[in-house]
Amino acid sequence: MDGWLALLQVLTLVLVLAVLYRPLGDYMAHIYTSRHDLAIERGFYRLIGVSSRSEQTWPAYLRGVLAFSAVGVLLVYAIQRAQAVLPYSLGFPAIPEGLSFNTAVSFVTNTNWQSYSPDVTMGYAVQLIGLTVQNFVSSAVGIAVAVALVRAFALRKSGTIGNFWIDLTRGILRLLLPVSVIAAIVLLAGGVIQNVNGFTDVTTLSGATQSIPGGPVASQEAIKIFGTNGGGFFNANSAHPFENPSAWTSLFQIVLMLAIPFSLPRTFGRVVGDNRQGYAILATMATLFVVSLTAITMFELGGAGTAPQAAGGAMEGKETRFGIAASTLYATATTLTSTGAVNSMHDSYTALGGMMPMLNMMLGEVAPGGTGSGLYGMLILAVIAVFVAGLLVGRTPEYLGKKIGPREIKLASLYILVTPTLVLAGTALSFAIPAVRADVEGTSIWNPGLHGLSEVLYAFTSAANNNGSAFAGLTANTPWFNTALGVAMLLGRFLPIVLVLALASSLAAQDRVPATVGTLPTNRPQFVGLLIGVTVIITALTYFPVLALGPLAEGLQ
Amino acid sequence: MSTPHLTSTQASSESETSTRAPGSSASKRRTATLSTAQLLAAFPGAVRKLDPRQMWRNPVMFIVEVGAALTTVLGIAEPFLGGPETSGGTDVPPTFTLGIAFWLWLTVIFANLAESVAEGRGKAQADSLRKTRSDTETHRLTAYDPSGDPAAENAAVEALSSADLRLGDVVVVVAGELIPGDGDIVWGIASVDESAITGESAPVVRESGGERSAVTGGTRVLSDRIVVQITSKPGETFVDRMIALVEGATRQKTPNEMALNILLASLSIVFLVVTLTINPIADYSAAAVSVPVLVALLVCLIPTTIGALLSAIGIAGMDRLVQRNVLAMSGRAVEAAGDVTTLLLDKTGTITYGNRRATEFTPLSSGVSQADLVRAAALASLSDPTPEGKSIVDLAGENGFVHTGTLAGDVVPFTAQTRMSGVDLTDITTDGAPLIRKGAGSAVTAWVEETTSVPDPVRAALATQVERISTLGGTPLVVAAGSAGGPRTILGVIYLKDIVKEGIAERFAELRAMGIRTIMVTGDNPLTAKTIAAEAGVDDFLAEATPEEKLTLIRKEQEGGNLVAMTGDGTNDAPALAQADVGVAMNTGTSAAKEAGNMVDLDSDPTKLIDIVRIGKQLLITRGALTTFSIANDIAKYFAIIPAMFAGVFPGLAALNVMQLHSPASAILSAIIFNAIIIVVLIPLALRGVNYRPVSASQILGRNLLIYGLGGVIAPFMGIKIVDLVVSLIPGF
Repeated sequence: MDGWLALLQVLTLVLVLAVLYRPLGDYMAHIYTSRHDLAIERGFYRLIGVSSRSEQTWPAYLRGVLAFSAVGVLLVYAIQRAQAVLPYSLGFPAIPEGLSFNTAVSFVTNTNWQSYSPDVTMGYAVQLIGLTVQNFVSSAVGIAVAVALVRAFALRKSGTIGNFWIDLTRGILRLLLPVSVIAAIVLLAGGVIQNVNGFTDVTTLSGATQSIPGGPVASQEAIKIFGTNGGGFFNANSAHPFENPSAWTSLFQIVLMLAIPFSLPRTFGRVVGDNRQGYAILATMATLFVVSLTAITMFELGGAGTAPQAAGGAMEGKETRFGIAASTLYATATTLTSTGAVNSMHDSYTALGGMMPMLNMMLGEVAPGGTGSGLYGMLILAVIAVFVAGLLVGRTPEYLGKKIGPREIKLASLYILVTPTLVLAGTALSFAIPAVRADVEGTSIWNPGLHGLSEVLYAFTSAANNNGSAFAGLTANTPWFNTALGVAMLLGRFLPIVLVLALASSLAAQDRVPATVGTLPTNRPQFVGLLIGVTVIITALTYFPVLALGPLAEGLQ
Repeated sequence: MSTPHLTSTQASSESETSTRAPGSSASKRRTATLSTAQLLAAFPGAVRKLDPRQMWRNPVMFIVEVGAALTTVLGIAEPFLGGPETSGGTDVPPTFTLGIAFWLWLTVIFANLAESVAEGRGKAQADSLRKTRSDTETHRLTAYDPSGDPAAENAAVEALSSADLRLGDVVVVVAGELIPGDGDIVWGIASVDESAITGESAPVVRESGGERSAVTGGTRVLSDRIVVQITSKPGETFVDRMIALVEGATRQKTPNEMALNILLASLSIVFLVVTLTINPIADYSAAAVSVPVLVALLVCLIPTTIGALLSAIGIAGMDRLVQRNVLAMSGRAVEAAGDVTTLLLDKTGTITYGNRRATEFTPLSSGVSQADLVRAAALASLSDPTPEGKSIVDLAGENGFVHTGTLAGDVVPFTAQTRMSGVDLTDITTDGAPLIRKGAGSAVTAWVEETTSVPDPVRAALATQVERISTLGGTPLVVAAGSAGGPRTILGVIYLKDIVKEGIAERFAELRAMGIRTIMVTGDNPLTAKTIAAEAGVDDFLAEATPEEKLTLIRKEQEGGNLVAMTGDGTNDAPALAQADVGVAMNTGTSAAKEAGNMVDLDSDPTKLIDIVRIGKQLLITRGALTTFSIANDIAKYFAIIPAMFAGVFPGLAALNVMQLHSPASAILSAIIFNAIIIVVLIPLALRGVNYRPVSASQILGRNLLIYGLGGVIAPFMGIKIVDLVVSLIPGF
């Protein structure tokens, strides 16, 4: 019974995403290649002094990304520090420095890792003008970078790669805002709350007093999901009934978080002038998604132990209104995109089941990944795959007519170096520095031993990959984690962006080599298979030892 | 043969064999075999290469060397520090650390061995080349007057060593002397023995002016006397470059090799991070692992197989070219050859045999019998030394013409003015028609009309035949006979056919399958060119081509993103050779052509371009195949080492020990041993190159992924298991 429902749910999801693929992908291609500006955009460009016809070199584009993000971090930090004097703050005090830094970085980097419990920390002012704004713009930055790379494949002998301010503006105004408004209304209709009531004290049936929170949830929830942000209004995130009331809102959220990442391959195919290239990338992402989903669902349904047997599966940490299949689907979607919202607690999954969300993130957030970041991550892997394949067929490797030479490989290699280094170094340092280790063991880890390691590993995996979901069970609001995770999020976001934009520039500068039968086609199942292989092998080789020390060892005990 | 090269006949027969049956054993070259003697000879060189300053250039193997040194020190120190420390909660046998150290050193030595063996082949060739470079005494003109005394009969001469010659010097070389340096003959003609360079023992004729004026230093003048202007700087002669090339001294990394090195270095860094972070983490959740085990893990994970063989693959690739008597001026050119998408081929000599053959006699009127025509054509050609003339006599013989006795008369040779040739017989037994002419239609018609008017039906029939033969891609040759003042008649037409080389269409089909377009370049008219192009199966043609048009065509192709390869020998080919991405100059060509191209074919065989493309591709494929294999190997190594590393703490991980290896210590040592041995096993493949079939990219990829990808996953599972069975016999393991 559960199995059939699970299948039906997945089929519904596939159907909706399939229907969305072409129109949404084409629409995004239109947004980012159109020569037409909306009136409101023209006004905005005048305001910030940008000509909508001006093109930027990659350093200029990058400066735009970094400057914009730096300002974002400072603003969010300042707003949190000033919470005590802001209206609608529900009487909460200013956020401490370390946590403010961590949270500011977290929301600007599209990670939305929360070292705090929002219900009792963040007032409405911070949530609305700080965090929700970043939900929009951080997502738009990701898409802008991906689009710059995609356009570079189509450009010939170009010294420029587009204009960041235009890409950013169009992404927000033409894509994220309108869809979020509609999505918020749908969520409202589904029962998500939207008010500024603060806390309401009620007396329950048993006579106890309970404090029921309110808040402008629906408006934040829509972009939290659609922009693959994931930072919850409440601590329980999308497991909270005010954020995610029912099974169908849960499925709706999954659709929202997968919509952009799964449609961007279409945008890619459209812009480079060969839709089949888009289908190849889509097929790669989708295959990884389905395999991962199947694995986690099987691990959870077959959960060992007396309690899971009695419940018909590992129900600990899952909401009964969702059940196992809807929980694993959400967990897969949220960790394979860089969303990080949760409707169940990954910490409570079976050892191997809990390893899956971690593995999903370790893939590098590429199947389908975050808004924008998923596509550029996958394209980087495609560059590596093309390189190996090119050598195997005896030609200087080329992808979409662009030669993959030393410079391109250098940038792609550095890209795949960044997150594993951050994850492994962060985890290792947590135990290598004696003072830090004492703090980590004493304060942060709730479940010592193998599971404790998994919690720390999960935290760094989530931060470095800009996912933001938590394994829970880890007290992360400590100086070490606030700082280390903050640094991991910053580097995990912006180092790859630097490399992607540099790669875009070197691709755009090239002419396009015409395809012949000697050229390896990158739009066939064979290439999809190779790309999946490269993705999985790179991940497996990098993380196998550390997984063996944590979840694998725990699961095989 | 004392020279390092194959003779041209050997080379061409080999290349043909390899075309027809690329996978057959016949195409396996002597590079395929790797004798123990070769390995032993290369061993000292391999040990010398252990110098860290040299190893540093290969980051992957440098890591292995550092690991080897580290474990050696640990292994020696251990007994004094209370025996080996436990690793991952398990006791380690006392010989473990030194065992690991020993095999790590072997791994490095094996890698160096591969390079040494590859270099060794080049060294032998270089040595025999060096002999030709030995200083000789030569005679330099103190002053040369090209106009007044071109033969330098009266010029003053000074004797000096060939090493002291400068660019622009003029020397006199007489029979028996070695030519002291590369140069152009400015006066004279001589037969030259070039076997030292080409391996071809038959002497060649070199003469001043024209396409055959270039001479190479180190070759010997066999007859006559020539005046040569030196065109090379000392130490930069053709032979010098050849020596540097075969020795690998000038080997620069090619773009693809650099890119691959970057990828390999990045993978190594990832694995370094993986290894370095294990202990802090294991110390918390399990138990720390000993340093030798960590080193072993690192060495197993970094791509040592390809790292060890990478430079050997490159050297061997160049070597394969040298064995085909092709000299590439840079590795970059070889790599570019693999990327070529457009091939420009001269019609004559490459696509067709250099000369046309008579294939048909057609009488023009019913008054002329076939036999009369055959006889007249044959008589007119008996004294014709050209291949065309000979082919007419041959064909006449096949048609029953028998010539007995001697022919009395005068031969009328072909000139560009008359555009015909023939005989004026003095033996009047030839029924009143002692004069016979053959030649271009208009010329022969004019000759007939000197005395006789040509009847309209014959004129019409002639026009039809000429048109027909041209359309077929042939050359019509009209035969007429008559007497000096008497009547003359047009007898008929000989069809001279351009014979397309056997098997050439298949080769072009092969090229097409490789994604390479072929363009035929010819001076013929478009009608003829089109027919030959269709018969040979080229994709396109350039008719009535001039050197300028050739250059324009190359530029146009390159603007479309194509990589162009071409061959050439003339000075007027030089701009096109320089413009082409791969320009193969014929050794018989001028020095200008040789300077302009980036490869020289010592056999002067234009079809060799196809082999060059194949070798370029093979070079890349070999690198790709071994990279894939190397990385795929890691999976099995993980399954050997990870469960072994933590077996003491997490017995549950034994579930991952799918190979059922004997003990943790033997599992780790076995992985290291396998990792070292696989390098030696793959040296022959690295030197020989992976088989290349001219099929579509998808098919090649599918096949190579299956062999080197899937094979690379499976092979080490079996290999490590076998090694483990042996290692488990060692006491303590």
